[in-house]
Amino acid sequence: MTVKTLAHKLNAKELNLADPNREVERIYAGDLLSHVMGNAPSNCVWFTVMTNVNICAVATLTDCSVIVVCEGCIPDQLTLERAKTQGINILSTVLTISEAIVRVHNAG
Amino acid sequence: MSSLHLEYEVEGNNFVSAGQATEKVKFCLKGMGINPADIRRIAIAMYEAEINMVIHANGGKALVDIFVDKIVVKLVDTGPGIADIDKAMTPGFSTATDSIRDLGFGAGMGLHNMKKYTDEMYVESTVGVGTTITLVVNFS
Repeated sequence: MTVKTLAHKLNAKELNLADPNREVERIYAGDLLSHVMGNAPSNCVWFTVMTNVNICAVATLTDCSVIVVCEGCIPDQLTLERAKTQGINILSTVLTISEAIVRVHNAG
Repeated sequence: MSSLHLEYEVEGNNFVSAGQATEKVKFCLKGMGINPADIRRIAIAMYEAEINMVIHANGGKALVDIFVDKIVVKLVDTGPGIADIDKAMTPGFSTATDSIRDLGFGAGMGLHNMKKYTDEMYVESTVGVGTTITLVVNFS
């Protein structure tokens, strides 16, 4: 599905939609950035509760399609500005990581 | 063999600018048409090394040489050094503080990831003098 469709399924806040038509092919979840870098596949949706600016670097390095910040967490202004500059899709949802994964999985 | 040489200063304890050297190298490799999978490997390894210098060594220098067939990145710092390199290479081992962990770092996977994603990796370190990490990725 596309990032735009994903945002709709998760009822997510669209914090930065640089490329809404980008395809999401895999699912990954994690908060420890070295684990994310080591394991997140390209073109994935990355679910996390981390909000600091380093998530932008990790998203760029892993080439994930979209970051979804869960549990109602909102990234700070610096993170959002970096996401805009680097063209990173970033959403926020009140769902927990597990709820969000189940919803995306069930949506196919 | 001719190469492109790049040098970057990495600022210590600055998590906002951390990763900028890696991003510049990544951009440069992209422009040269290097295989995206190879770019991903060196970018992940270099970012881990850059973050380590930011966290542990009050910054340092990144010296990059891009050849026709490979990239060699040397990360040189004058930080506290690593007392036991084998122990530091163990997945999960970390000396990072809680405030570093709050940022999502300090998982103890940094050196492990560097090894995993490169074709060659060398760690030279002397306690009280500093650490030099060399990362090599061969282009496919």
